[in-house]
Amino acid sequence: MKQIRNFSIIAHIDHGKSTLADRMIQATGMVETRDFRDQLLDNMDIERERGITIKSQAITLPYVDNNGREFALNLIDTPGHVDFSYEVSRALASCEGVLLLVDAAQGVEAQTMANLYAAMEHDLEIIPVINKIDLPSADIERTKEQIEMDLGLDSDHAILCSAKEGKGIDDVLRAIVEVIPPPTGSEEDPLAALIFDAHYDPFRGTIVSCRVFSGCVRPGDTILLMHNNASYRVEEVGLFYLAREPKKSLSAGEVGYIISGIKTVSDIRIGDTITLKNDPAPKPLPGFKEVKPVVFASIYPVASDEYRSLVEALEKYKLNDAALIYQKDSSAALGLGFRCGFLGLLHLEIVQERLEREFDQSLIMTAPTVQYRFNLTNGDEITVDNPLYYPDPVTISQAFEPYIRASIMIPERYMGAVMELCLERRGTNSKFNYPSTGRIEIQFDMPLAEVIYDFYDKLKTVTQGYGSFDYDLLDYRKSDLVKLDILLNGEKVDALCQIVHKDGARARALQACNRLKEEIPRHMFKIAIQGAIGGTIIARSTVNAFRKDVTAKCYGGDITRKRKLLEKQKKGKKRMKMVGSVTVPQSAFVAVLRSDDN
Amino acid sequence: MQPGLYVHVPFCRSKCPYCGFYSIASKAPIDRWLDGLEKEISYTQKPFGPFDSLYLGGGTPSFLSKTVLERVMALILGHFSLTPGAEITLEANPCDISSEKANLFKSLKINRINLGIQSFNDDVLTFLGRRHSSKTAENALRHLRSAGFQNIGVDLIYGFKTQPMKEWIATLRRALAFQPEHLSCYQLTLERGTVFERRSHPEDMITLPDKSAAAHFLATSSFLESNGYIQYEVSNFARNKGLEARHNRKYWQHIPYLGLGPSAHSFDGKKRWWNLGSVKKYCAALEKGRLPIEGTETLTKEQIHLESLALGFRTRRGVALKSLPPKSEKTLSMLQKKGFLKVADGRAFPTRRGYLLADHLPLHFSD
Repeated sequence: MKQIRNFSIIAHIDHGKSTLADRMIQATGMVETRDFRDQLLDNMDIERERGITIKSQAITLPYVDNNGREFALNLIDTPGHVDFSYEVSRALASCEGVLLLVDAAQGVEAQTMANLYAAMEHDLEIIPVINKIDLPSADIERTKEQIEMDLGLDSDHAILCSAKEGKGIDDVLRAIVEVIPPPTGSEEDPLAALIFDAHYDPFRGTIVSCRVFSGCVRPGDTILLMHNNASYRVEEVGLFYLAREPKKSLSAGEVGYIISGIKTVSDIRIGDTITLKNDPAPKPLPGFKEVKPVVFASIYPVASDEYRSLVEALEKYKLNDAALIYQKDSSAALGLGFRCGFLGLLHLEIVQERLEREFDQSLIMTAPTVQYRFNLTNGDEITVDNPLYYPDPVTISQAFEPYIRASIMIPERYMGAVMELCLERRGTNSKFNYPSTGRIEIQFDMPLAEVIYDFYDKLKTVTQGYGSFDYDLLDYRKSDLVKLDILLNGEKVDALCQIVHKDGARARALQACNRLKEEIPRHMFKIAIQGAIGGTIIARSTVNAFRKDVTAKCYGGDITRKRKLLEKQKKGKKRMKMVGSVTVPQSAFVAVLRSDDN
Repeated sequence: MQPGLYVHVPFCRSKCPYCGFYSIASKAPIDRWLDGLEKEISYTQKPFGPFDSLYLGGGTPSFLSKTVLERVMALILGHFSLTPGAEITLEANPCDISSEKANLFKSLKINRINLGIQSFNDDVLTFLGRRHSSKTAENALRHLRSAGFQNIGVDLIYGFKTQPMKEWIATLRRALAFQPEHLSCYQLTLERGTVFERRSHPEDMITLPDKSAAAHFLATSSFLESNGYIQYEVSNFARNKGLEARHNRKYWQHIPYLGLGPSAHSFDGKKRWWNLGSVKKYCAALEKGRLPIEGTETLTKEQIHLESLALGFRTRRGVALKSLPPKSEKTLSMLQKKGFLKVADGRAFPTRRGYLLADHLPLHFSD
């Protein structure tokens, strides 16, 4: 019988995960060299360009070892960002082992550690793989030492390879077979399959990616999604080779797909358990979590007559991204748009970028915010995820904001800088752990609002890339909040207002004014930018008028050039928004949150 | 206005370091160019004309010898028809103007001279790479007046770091002593491919920073207007409305013009095309029996509209209110309130300060 191994590759960005996956696909003879393209598993342009994986992908690699034994190696490629940590955890839960990829020249990096801990949590077999050994700067001994010291793994069994040169790929494949245990679980038991991802196919509806832990599923079966309590008739099951390949059944240990007339990906939930309606599993597989958006922002079309087109784009986009939630919204400055909820900032950026690129939308996105709660004097309790709906201050009896428990892993030498950063961001209740010599884990309780924008970037800067960051939502805590208004030439711009903590209000106002000063181009007239709380101006900056742009000569040969320049400027202006008489670039609406030195 | 005719004479005694127009510092290829011009004229069908303006520009047309100039005029007048009273302008360098030359121009029916004086300050003239002195310039003006020229335009350049405002105004005063009918005051710009462009660095600019460039510009306008000139375009001043350069106004009002000679531009109301910018290539094309056209563009309605805004806001004439897109009232009144535009007789036109930002104004009115 064909044997199965289920594994994932975890790595720091740029350590060669996609290249290694590519080489393994080639080594198992699935794809002719001439049909090959790089980053085979990263289908989206944005994934290829940024070198990141956003969606999980699975592929089954047929492998025959030296003794002629046939294997099906299921590689589950996972996203590598804290925004998608839940998806990652579901993908890892579907595996028995992982390849931990380390760059021989860069050595062990922060993200490697975070990923390793995630794998350990799932009790997975870990195979260290040292990649890029062909680089002149490769230092295999030092990398091995780090694997021993920093990660606490046995480096004797580390595999050396160069994915780029195709060296050592056979060793990797052999280790997968030898080291990673085969899946357990019986076909005779009731069906329990874990959904680790889903894709939308315009012809077939939702393609559910799952790992079967026990039992067996066939076309014609009626399946039950245990958490959603919804039933569907299975149309097709199969494996992910380079293309989907239908099978008669999918049974315990296998990783594959189920098509069952589920319309959109929003109809399923990642982490849910699939079982049979007639013969259900006694309980769902562990680890299911409701994924809730934590970051909110509004999007508007740059041109108000493109609202219809945005509606359609969002509807289509949503088919393939269950995590995005949205509802109608409107702003005096920006017109009709949508209030959206995201998993985090990368998710927000991805949604924005994909709407613009794949759906050809020109968008304005407002500064992201969290969800606040208010107890009002009349006894009502309200939640506010849009500063526009900040209640009248005299009616507020108590305000609350969401807190997280931040875990930051760093080499010890960065402790001072990271402490300072966390305290600046209202961190409290710090705790320290020392997982290995020279490393420290700092935990802080922090308001989510303080980390949603540029905390991670800041952390990377102060730790020179060695800080890893993860968080869990804790609870809502009482807070002293105010609404910060931004005025351009005396006109309040609703899309620029923010809810901020009272103590930091002045600093935030000044920061917003300065950011806007950088973002707003010089006009023919002076622009006053003001930050205000209630009626009180607490910060201001000015964009000076430009004085002269006229060219001296404009005769026969100059006219075409002048027109072309104007056409270019006009196009640039299309990406700006008129607020009163001030033209504000798209980027300004998000930039108000960016802090000073980046 | 009728269409205009332009002839590019691409020869100069020497190249000036600021000038971006095409010319070569050699007399050698003049005959070949002349043959080329003859061919170009003969290949040109007659969608144009009659012309009510002829402009001999360059380069330095005054640099041409008597025989060549006579031949050029004969070629033009032999093939094209000019209306009675057509404006016939020749661009001249003060070095070239003797009383004989002035009389020659007159005899060739040239009725307007545009004299490239650039400055009445000898240090400035040296800086600008000019070969004449302020004395030569004044003599040239006298010769032209004596020959009976009653429409003289003077070109001046200003707005560079080495010249204080006071000295620039002194140059203007020296020019005004001759009561030229027309003045073009060009603020120095670094044209592509010029010596000045190569010489100027961001840390060491030849031109003025925006703020003082603006001050020089405003001072120029106010000085000349207080001396009775009308600023009818960003850089152009006329002693009265009738003395505005007829030919140049065509560029700004989308009136058709035909350009002959290397690098000359033509426009027929919809299509624009331009000749090869090299005597060699220009002549080679013609010798092979082809028109020497390097490029061509057909303007869409939107492009014509955008250009008419861009060109209109550079002139006293302005743009017709009805040509502005709907819902422009708010912008218009804002720009009026801020003192950039004025509105009268159904047109919006720039104020002095509006001129300074004329290249920006169209962006306020494009949808």
